[in-house]
Amino acid sequence: MMDKTIIELHDALKSNQVTSQELVNEAIKKSHEVQEKCNAFVTILDDAKGTEVTEDLLSGIPFGIKDNYSTKGILSTGSSNTLKDYVPFFTATAIENLMSHGCVPVNKTCMDEFGMGGTGTTAHTGVQRNPWDPTRMTAGSSSGSAAAVAAGVYPFATASDSGDSIRKPAAYCGIVGYKPTYGMISRYGLFAYVSSLDTCGVMTRSVADAAIVVDAMKGIDPKDMTSWDSSNIHLYQDLTKEVSGKKLFYIKEIVDKNHYTNLPKETEEHLDNFMKTIDIVRSLGIEVDEVSIDQDILNAIASTYIVIGCAEATSNMSNLTGFSFGPRGEGSNFQEIMKDHRTKGFSSLIKRRFVIGSYVLQTVNQERYFKNAQRARRLIVDTIKEQFQKYDGLIMPVGTGVAPKLDNTDRVTDDELTPLEEHLQIGNFGGFPSITIPNGFINNLPVGINITGNCYDDQNVLNIAYALESKMNYKNQIAKEVK
Amino acid sequence: MNEYYLTIGLEMHCEGSLTNSKVFSSGKNEYSEISNCNVSPVDMGFPGILPVLNKKALAHAITMSLILNARIPEYMYFERKNYYYPDLPKGYQITQNPPEECVGNGGYIDIEREDGSTFRVEIDNFHLEEDAAQLTHLYDTSTINYNRAGNPLYELVTKPCLHSADDAVRFLEHMRSIYQYCGISEADSKKGHLRCDVNVSVSKDPNKLGTKVEIKNVNSFSSVRETIIAETKRQIDLINADRENEIIQETRRWDEETGTTVGMRNKVDAEDYKYFVEPNIPRFKIEQSWIEEIKASIPKLPYERKNSYINDLGLSPYDANIIIKEKGISDYYDECIKLGMDPKTSANWLTVNIMGYLNKEDINITEFFIKPDMLKIIFDKVNDGTISSKQAKDIFNEAIEKHINPKELISNDNAQISDTNELEAVIDKILANNQANVEAYHNGRTNLLQFFVGQVMKETKGKANPSITTEIIQKKLEK
Repeated sequence: MMDKTIIELHDALKSNQVTSQELVNEAIKKSHEVQEKCNAFVTILDDAKGTEVTEDLLSGIPFGIKDNYSTKGILSTGSSNTLKDYVPFFTATAIENLMSHGCVPVNKTCMDEFGMGGTGTTAHTGVQRNPWDPTRMTAGSSSGSAAAVAAGVYPFATASDSGDSIRKPAAYCGIVGYKPTYGMISRYGLFAYVSSLDTCGVMTRSVADAAIVVDAMKGIDPKDMTSWDSSNIHLYQDLTKEVSGKKLFYIKEIVDKNHYTNLPKETEEHLDNFMKTIDIVRSLGIEVDEVSIDQDILNAIASTYIVIGCAEATSNMSNLTGFSFGPRGEGSNFQEIMKDHRTKGFSSLIKRRFVIGSYVLQTVNQERYFKNAQRARRLIVDTIKEQFQKYDGLIMPVGTGVAPKLDNTDRVTDDELTPLEEHLQIGNFGGFPSITIPNGFINNLPVGINITGNCYDDQNVLNIAYALESKMNYKNQIAKEVK
Repeated sequence: MNEYYLTIGLEMHCEGSLTNSKVFSSGKNEYSEISNCNVSPVDMGFPGILPVLNKKALAHAITMSLILNARIPEYMYFERKNYYYPDLPKGYQITQNPPEECVGNGGYIDIEREDGSTFRVEIDNFHLEEDAAQLTHLYDTSTINYNRAGNPLYELVTKPCLHSADDAVRFLEHMRSIYQYCGISEADSKKGHLRCDVNVSVSKDPNKLGTKVEIKNVNSFSSVRETIIAETKRQIDLINADRENEIIQETRRWDEETGTTVGMRNKVDAEDYKYFVEPNIPRFKIEQSWIEEIKASIPKLPYERKNSYINDLGLSPYDANIIIKEKGISDYYDECIKLGMDPKTSANWLTVNIMGYLNKEDINITEFFIKPDMLKIIFDKVNDGTISSKQAKDIFNEAIEKHINPKELISNDNAQISDTNELEAVIDKILANNQANVEAYHNGRTNLLQFFVGQVMKETKGKANPSITTEIIQKKLEK
């Protein structure tokens, strides 16, 4: 049953073909299988109980929670050794909202430690493997949520996105990943990584399911000053395929094959596939234009993200000292105790980012690095917003191709591909709503396409994705392991 | 001393104790003897928490900014000050920086001395931030109390513009009373609400500042005075000994035991706080209409009350100064006046009997048992002659001691004898028994009148109404 959409499951529950407890049991059983194969979970809630089935579409349906959401009474580690035994006493607002609809959490999913890193290889419990090909990565940071939804453990899992943490793993795993406008879903209870970029969101196998889940998660929260009132937005109810007359653009410098001097074959296929999808988009009556953006601005994206990300991260994670929660370090004074806790607790990737973050924030460096990164962020956002005056959204291929091998032998590292690899970060810089949906296969492995719109224009973005999804054959697909 | 010019700058931290919740969390803002009972997840920096600005704390900060004649920015935001210390749960403090972005930038306040002269204190900035937790260091362990963590903390930074320890303390005392008058803080140093950093420099040239030395965490105004005096002396001694180069820009602390300042760390390797904008509190506009609303709600401040005490109620500047220093005392006095009690008598009782008692017992006037309405009963009974002023004091003391309403203590057995017939009988007896003195009185020793009054008092065990008694004796002797 767990390969079904939310609506299908709801209908099955309402017509008594299945009970909530049976769905929960199936999801738990499936969780153990996927854990074996993909190492997707920090915690599997074997005792999870079915709930009453009501008119609510989400009632009785099992789901997963990324481990950086605070869940009362349930281990919440952020996939870090610094919180390996941390059981919170409060639940994130987004999860509280969701659970008020009667859905049932069955596991906490692995992630790159505290959301940092885009590979799914830095969790304290080990590497997440892609259910389409376990020798490949899922990408991250929402690695466990992506693997679980793709493998058919349940129809949806919550996730979070600070750079592309929802939208890239969605592409690599052949599913839908939706990051709404910044502040639409409260961040209270989401472990902070880059506060100005962090966004709660969801991974599903269809656009409609993404709309249903975000409808349930969103809402202004007195505990989050950056949240806003979206009570007049009904994503699922207002979903429509009537998108004729809409206008999209893609960035020439990133998408045009001729722009690259040394294009790997896989990336070329990926870009060709993107252009084929653009034809489908046009067939929906949507106008798609190629727009040229200053290459310097595109080249600034990745470094802007690193500087801002590392700076905020080093401050946000200064609460992890092991004094009032987390394993207590050893030492004869507080500095030693704290140092021991942090030295043992964090992976080397995080430590490297802390060093960068600290460096760019130092008074002597701040102007040159941090302040300049903020100016670059503003410039990038203004450039894209200018296009949003004319266009309903930006449509782009996700990443440079399919999920890379975990042993990294086929990893593309060419600098000229960086904007293609990292452009989804634009969505976080501007707080834009952004959704990835699967748009095909290369060598039997899924690839994705992304649509990003202006702030508060979530409905428009979802509608275009919904219409496009209906013209392709990748909706609600479950990972089929490639031999 | 005359050949040196002393310059002082102050940083006054006042904890805002009069908001319901903390400055960035819904944790209760309340003093408690019990550790860690007023704490929310936000105050302990648990993963996933977010700050939410307390509007009342901001209104309080704007109130102060208005009183200090400071510029209030049109848009406001907060910054993070990053450093590691076990009393700082998040590893950063949410504060304001730089001065031009603070809730109050620039400004001044005029302070009156006891002799009526005034001086102006220039303000560098006034800002709102959150307090840290409280650490207690025991023999082999330290404890953290988070009750205070996240409470609103107002920091007032003056320019280096003060030139004596007395003026410094006058300024601090006045600011403390303003915090109290505006209902922003109890400003109670016993509850740790007030903390000061003192910057002292000494120079031979009146137009040039000497090397600035900062003395951190001076926790009472008397210590501020002593700190300034001691640090000034230390610097002058060094200059006189040709060791001026040993005065370096540094941070010192006040050591109460030895009465000296002690070096802590050099400013050279001072921590880099890596300030940056707090991303979780979006920049917001401070509406002019809100500022006007706050301005209109500022209550009568100490100097206004002082002027009205002197001009309208005829108090001496000395008494008026004492009464206004603490809002609780001034409120008590105002209540007395409202009840129609005599302004001068009330001031006397307040400054002598009541404040004497408060000082002796080291308690606050709000904890004082006798409220103005009870005091009025005593006053009324003195006025209508039921009790003598000596009896009034006895009843006052007994009421405090036994926590009994004075009304209950003014009963028949201690009431004054004002009944003329009863008194005449006693007086007749005494005059009959002291014929020699009656003679002497008639011969001109009129001061013997007091002797007779004394005898009546003795006979009645002090209950005779002295004025009526005197009147009767006089009448009888004149016959």
